[in-house]
Amino acid sequence: MEVSSAEAALSVSASSIRITDVTQDGDVLTFAIASQKLNSSAGVCVFRIYEDFDWLQQSLFSQENLPGLQGIIFPPLPSKALPSQSNTQTKALKQLGFLALGQDWQSYCKALEFYLQQVAAHPTLCKCKALDSFLINSESPGKQRGRKGIFNRLSQAVEEMRKESHKDVDNFFQNERNKNTNLAALSKVATEKLLDVVMTEQKLALACGHFATSLHLCVNQDDAAAVAFSKVCLKLSDVIEAVNRNFEKVASNDLSTLGLGLDLESRYQEAEKVWECVLMIACKLIELETVKKGTEKAKASKREVMEAFQKAVEKEFNLISSVAKQEIERFHSSRVNVLKNFLIGWCELQLNTAKEFAELYSQHLEACRNMYSE
Amino acid sequence: MAASSERSPPPFPDSEEPELLEDSDEGADAFTGTSISEMDSPSPDSTRPPKDIFNEPPEDIFSDPLSNINSEPQKKVDTKIPSPSSDEAVDLFSEPLDDDSEVMSSPEVQNPMPDLLNEPVEAPKSDVLGEPPVNNSSSSVKKAVSAELFGDDEDEEDLFKETPKVVTKKPQPSGPPVDVFTEVKSDVKVKPQVKDDPTDLFTEEALTAPAQKPPASSSSSSRTNGVHSEEQDLFSEATVELSLDSPLNDRKKKDAVKPSLSAPAASVASSSSKAPSKTLEELEEEESEDKFDLNISVTNPEKVGDGMNAYMAYKVSTQTSLTMFRSKTFTVRRRFSDFLGLYEKLSEKHSQNGYIVPPPPEKSILGMTKVKVGKEDPSSAEFVERRRAALERYLQRVVSHPSLLQDPDVREFLEKEELPRAVSTQALSGAGFLKMLNKATDAVSKMTIKMNEQDVWFDEKIQDVENEEQHMRKLHVMVESLVNHRKELSGNTAVFAKSVAMLGSSEDNTALSRALSQLAEVEDRIEQLHQEQASNDFFTFSELLADYIRLLGAVKGCFDQRMKAWQRWQDAENMLQKKREAEAKLLWANKPDKLQQAKDEIAEWEAKVTQYEREFERISATVRKEVIRFDKEKARDFKRQIVKYLESLLNSQQQLIKYWEAFLPEAKAIA
Repeated sequence: MEVSSAEAALSVSASSIRITDVTQDGDVLTFAIASQKLNSSAGVCVFRIYEDFDWLQQSLFSQENLPGLQGIIFPPLPSKALPSQSNTQTKALKQLGFLALGQDWQSYCKALEFYLQQVAAHPTLCKCKALDSFLINSESPGKQRGRKGIFNRLSQAVEEMRKESHKDVDNFFQNERNKNTNLAALSKVATEKLLDVVMTEQKLALACGHFATSLHLCVNQDDAAAVAFSKVCLKLSDVIEAVNRNFEKVASNDLSTLGLGLDLESRYQEAEKVWECVLMIACKLIELETVKKGTEKAKASKREVMEAFQKAVEKEFNLISSVAKQEIERFHSSRVNVLKNFLIGWCELQLNTAKEFAELYSQHLEACRNMYSE
Repeated sequence: MAASSERSPPPFPDSEEPELLEDSDEGADAFTGTSISEMDSPSPDSTRPPKDIFNEPPEDIFSDPLSNINSEPQKKVDTKIPSPSSDEAVDLFSEPLDDDSEVMSSPEVQNPMPDLLNEPVEAPKSDVLGEPPVNNSSSSVKKAVSAELFGDDEDEEDLFKETPKVVTKKPQPSGPPVDVFTEVKSDVKVKPQVKDDPTDLFTEEALTAPAQKPPASSSSSSRTNGVHSEEQDLFSEATVELSLDSPLNDRKKKDAVKPSLSAPAASVASSSSKAPSKTLEELEEEESEDKFDLNISVTNPEKVGDGMNAYMAYKVSTQTSLTMFRSKTFTVRRRFSDFLGLYEKLSEKHSQNGYIVPPPPEKSILGMTKVKVGKEDPSSAEFVERRRAALERYLQRVVSHPSLLQDPDVREFLEKEELPRAVSTQALSGAGFLKMLNKATDAVSKMTIKMNEQDVWFDEKIQDVENEEQHMRKLHVMVESLVNHRKELSGNTAVFAKSVAMLGSSEDNTALSRALSQLAEVEDRIEQLHQEQASNDFFTFSELLADYIRLLGAVKGCFDQRMKAWQRWQDAENMLQKKREAEAKLLWANKPDKLQQAKDEIAEWEAKVTQYEREFERISATVRKEVIRFDKEKARDFKRQIVKYLESLLNSQQQLIKYWEAFLPEAKAIA
């Protein structure tokens, strides 16, 4: 594994990272990732598959020589998309939620892009060599996998741990954990509901489309009355078509902004959960040591060793705690910021759409009224 | 007028000679016979030779004017009024016309007789007044004359004999227009007493008119009876008799008529009293299309009674300036079965004539049971509202139909405090079942009747209506799904709003929390918008389409009526053929005793054939007119709905803009 030799920062700017293209080859999605060098105007473009993202995440998890690694909230990587298997909409929706919507994996790309940006913007994680090589090396980074860090196993144990409702040593973390549980559940529900809304909007758009098309069938040019009626039908068809586009647009607005934001939010909350578990384990470890110390008090011979060990553990715990506290602050501010941006973007888009269609409708209305007087 | 009287004679000598001989022969025959039955019996002799009489007149006199009526009623009325004045009839009419002019100046003085006389006298006058451009102009007179020239080129007498009949028959359009004019335009001429009970008028005249004609020959009196019976009968009987009448008879009648002219107003009155003729409606439609002033609203659905006997009563309020109603505004309470009863009555009377009678909303046992059982169920409230709106549209359609508006039942329905309970509307009661059976047999006969359609217009139109119905059904399904999706969307939005609110309440960051709860509110409002839009979609399109699917059914019913008329005609034709064959056999077998009877039968069937053929022509014309009207109405209706729909769309879009604009600063305020 790469050794973090120096404090070499990432050589590309975090905000310039984009996923510009995605190609599907059977089961494999290949993403084109473009980024811009910090010190020059030169752009870099690499091709990555999902496994590479996975590799990056694992590398981030298993960084060595990094103090307080356990206190870091890792940006969540979206789960793997399976284009061929999950061709049925419902399956894909279940697996990916919002990310399965949108044409040509657009929203999935957006989510990955956002993940990369988050990693690159993270004060600690951006120093990881793996990220650099992921973004810059044209060759696919090391295929070595199987180094599933403790985190994976930990995440599996998450629920189990929660059930124990272990009281944290620190009240701060205890509160945070409670809130997180709450928020995670709620944001998940909200995301699902928004997904429902978007789905319905899409269905409506589809229904409008059908309606508009069948109105075209009513056209008949036989006589004056029929022509008049046909005109009415065509007009109505246009109107319905406009409604259709309105819904499509609203749905895609929802999807691209609030949908993604809420999705990210809920995944972040999940990530925080995992992170808490890590913290908890660290705490448990210390408790365990304390207990051990108590039981072995008698054995004076080992006392010194134990005390030294305990000190070391405590020191580590303190470090983790401090990192964690910083991290959680950073996490909250970034989370709020992200949500805010999404909300504003969403609101503006909706507003624009509404205005645009209000304009369009009034045009149609005018046309209809004129048709009246003909 | 003078021109016409000069012109009319010349053509007669040309064409009359052969027929004249025959006619006079028969006329003599006819006249030796004293009774009417005998009078009819010799007629068969004449029927075959003057076959052209039969064929031509129906076309020219009747079918042609009819089509004229349909297309250009005003002209028609005019042609008919001057027509009597074409010849000796001038005498007849110089008087009434003079009367008219006098009436114009001083009606009270002129009419010692009360309302009865007053109105009929005024009839021609108002015509004169109302349509000055074409009125009495030589061209229209010429038209009238020429129509008659072609129609009855037998001899003068025939013409004369006919003119009085034309007088009695044709002015009837001219009478009703009075109503139109007085009602629609001027309140000066309004005579509500007369108009309120036209039935009385009817009967009175039925009594007076024959009474004034006793000096006329038996045939003429029988004719007047025919005149009073029914217009279809009138058309057929009168003309058949007419062509068979002898000149002698005629001359005598002329003499008879002359004395009776002392009260010409009465005869005119008798004709004008036969108000509900087609020309009237036609005129009315032309006139009232733009000035239609009758607002009907169905409001306040109210549950009456309890349990399974409960029913919904609706308030039917009418607002009108039409003087055919007693007052400007009135309100009655009606229950659903009353509406169905109205439809039953109307369709019984009018659908056989080829009118499109707007169908009422269907009976819904399920929906009504829900209303009866369920207390405050939103779905039953929706059902009631839906039905209320449907009933309102139904009534509006009925009154916007000019001839249905004239129907006394409609007036009664709108005005009368208490209606007899409609009985035959029980959903699946005995009557309903019978009706279903009838419909089934109708359907069968429809399949078996293979009508070879000569009229391309009808051929295409029938096809069009079929297609249209299919399209409408399809559209209806689409709109239904649209509405359902809309409802789903509104539901989902509500749930989303709720979950956003929850999220906001458990959010730590105050600004974000605030923004989220604001967002929840916005989403709540949007949900309301969606709901409104859903009901808008529903009422503007779904119900409209449902209405038109029903209406198209009615249109198809019209086509069926026409086909039935055709079938009757063809059957009669076949029968006539058989009778003729039988007669030929008899001739060949030389059985003179039976020959007479066979001839009688042939005459009878020939009469029927002409009658049925005319009926068919008439119904065709009516159906055609009705369908054209229907198409126009349809386009107008849909246009109106689209405008309405767009307005609602625009409105909700503007609301949306407002909501988002209010929310944007909130989102930006998140620190």
